[in-house]
Amino acid sequence: MNRQMTGAQMVIQALTDQGIDTVFGYPGGAILPVYDELHKQNAIRHILVRHEQGAIHAAEGYARSTGKTGVVLVTSGPGATNSVTGLTDALMDSIPIVALCGQVPTFMIGNDAFQEADTVGITRPCTKHNWLVKDTGQLAEVVHKAFHVAKTGRPGPVLVDIPKDVQFANDLYVPPEHAELGHYSPQVEGDIEAITELVKLMETASRPIFYTGGGVINSGPMACELLRELVNGTGFPITSTLMGLGAYPATGKYWLGMLGMHGLWEANLAMHGCDLLINVGARFDDRITGRPKDFSPNSKRVHIDIDRSSINKVIRTDIAIVGDVANVLEKVLEIWLERERKINVPDVGNWWTQIREWRKKDSLWYENSSKTIKPQYAIQRLEALTKDKDRYITTDVGQHQMWAAQFMQFNNPNRWMTSGGLGTMGYGLPASIGVQIAHPDSLVINVAGEASWLMNMQEMGTAVQYRLPVRQFILNNERLGMVRQWQELLHGERYSQSWSEALPDFVKLADAFGCKGLSVSDPADLDDAIIEMIEYDGPVVFDCRVEKHENCYPMIPSGQPHNKMILSSSRGDHAISEAGAVLV
Amino acid sequence: MAELQITKGTSRKSAYDLRNPDPDGVEYHTLAVIVDNEAGVLARVIGLFSGRGYNIESLTVAEVDHKRHKSRITIVTSGTPSVINQIEAELSRLVPVYSVSDLTRDGFAVEREMALLKLGGPKPQRDEAQALAKAAHAKIVAESPNSFILEYSGSTEEIDGLADKMRAFGLKEIARTGVVGISLNQ
Repeated sequence: MNRQMTGAQMVIQALTDQGIDTVFGYPGGAILPVYDELHKQNAIRHILVRHEQGAIHAAEGYARSTGKTGVVLVTSGPGATNSVTGLTDALMDSIPIVALCGQVPTFMIGNDAFQEADTVGITRPCTKHNWLVKDTGQLAEVVHKAFHVAKTGRPGPVLVDIPKDVQFANDLYVPPEHAELGHYSPQVEGDIEAITELVKLMETASRPIFYTGGGVINSGPMACELLRELVNGTGFPITSTLMGLGAYPATGKYWLGMLGMHGLWEANLAMHGCDLLINVGARFDDRITGRPKDFSPNSKRVHIDIDRSSINKVIRTDIAIVGDVANVLEKVLEIWLERERKINVPDVGNWWTQIREWRKKDSLWYENSSKTIKPQYAIQRLEALTKDKDRYITTDVGQHQMWAAQFMQFNNPNRWMTSGGLGTMGYGLPASIGVQIAHPDSLVINVAGEASWLMNMQEMGTAVQYRLPVRQFILNNERLGMVRQWQELLHGERYSQSWSEALPDFVKLADAFGCKGLSVSDPADLDDAIIEMIEYDGPVVFDCRVEKHENCYPMIPSGQPHNKMILSSSRGDHAISEAGAVLV
Repeated sequence: MAELQITKGTSRKSAYDLRNPDPDGVEYHTLAVIVDNEAGVLARVIGLFSGRGYNIESLTVAEVDHKRHKSRITIVTSGTPSVINQIEAELSRLVPVYSVSDLTRDGFAVEREMALLKLGGPKPQRDEAQALAKAAHAKIVAESPNSFILEYSGSTEEIDGLADKMRAFGLKEIARTGVVGISLNQ
């Protein structure tokens, strides 16, 4: 079975054996032997990006929209350092990525060689694990191990650093079935006793809530199915983090909308007022909890997470269940059924009455205009005109991201790709490319802000090269909108450096890239322009000129608890304390 | 937690954590971490501490199983109980880590440090130093006309104690291994 081959051939063989058919990358001196082998075969398609950060984000988009592992191929030195933001992004959002990286030859390592960087040193804190392979005989096994680690337990990015002489040398290829994968095997099955305790709490809770996160989506389609079964079976309200949107359908009967800093009034107040909080695959991020001391003060907290280090990290938990979401939810349903599917019907009924009361607040309300396009309105129209299509949404980072999360409805997992943990401006365009590669016939839209979009706009070249009809829906307010909002609320309206001066003409820019450009500034023209964008067969840059001073509400000011949200109507109510101002 | 019927302290290895959520102070804990002895593993462990702002009071590492290339890292760290917990959980999820045990919490742990002390005082001091060493069961492992080297093992406090005493009797230099420990439990 074992065969002699070069290290470079091993890389291609190992990827093929791992079922990989797409890699995103950028060649360079130290990775040329692998590119040479790539040239000689047809099993793996290489997507040439324009910047290595784009390669990782594209691979993230690919991974998140398919549930597969994204693969990136880059060169040493700057190729590796350019990947660092993307790797960190994937680490924060738990996205499985395998980055294969060229390195200077082993005998030159440490000599400050041309395009040498201490890649494993630099990427150690921004990967789940990484390896420097110094011996061709170990290369294949390490690549197999890399896929195993990236996908096992809480997923994440891994990196394999491969010196050029290791790529050239010959040795025996180790196929995946013979590879020694090591002892890494996180717990996936939840503790039955703890699960039973959760079911007991579910039976008696008066004001229960499900708070779900990206862990449900990472666990897979089965986890989402089980979550729906559990929510629909119990009739408990459900809210989700930014990362978890789509696991439970936004059109579902028990959906409260997103929670957190820009979450819905009813979702946040329900979190604050609940007596049983069931966290499924979320990590009590600071965007969710607000001031931890005042977080959900009267609830029993249950936390289901595959990563033990997420438990009790921020918020103390009463019942912790370490395990894979699908595995745990299956057991929860089983035990709840065995114990005759009880819930506290009258109290939960009253809880819903309360929630419906909160919902009347209509916290997403904004003052529309017939003269300028309000960004919320633009997203609402985009939603209305695309919601029935086979649609994937990516975003950049900022106000537009929050508006997209608030106003777009996700009824299925893997349809919403956004940089949650790291908040990486420039994520959306390359991510949309990765999504479109995986779903060539679907409608892929990147909801962006003009400033975020400029950070990785070079990737339009990639979109044009591969004829990827990605739609770049740019809410152009000529401002760093979220920065501007914070400066207005927190820094005495001193708008330090948050104005995008000297912006390009996006239509001409699109033309220069060889794709279609559209610009619209009159609300009356918006629908037609969106339809034109959707119907055009090819990539589109859509410059949507919106109101420049719109703020994103509701908002929980930094350092405040959930019940201290500010709403659009209370504009000018500067509810952020000095202590809150030091928080991010 | 009463409704869960879990006795405090009985499930310390599980995810149920029943220790005081409002820590009253900083504790010192000794952790024994078994890892693959692979390139960069120590940097990974140390990076976790520096990256997340945890303290390292002492750290020792050596391969303890040559056949399977396993190393034992002993770390003395300090923090509130919740920080100590978090450190243990963060260490446990590193890919090359087999196990993490908190020797301080496990109890019945023996913790030792070894020190080499170089003494070089004039004649009367030197005699007194040697008498002191003998009383403390420290061993003279090298001697020259001008100085001698003591080998001494004990708890961190015992070594501190001996070193403090020896300062008056010509202590020139001290080298310490840092703490290693093993628990009788488990």
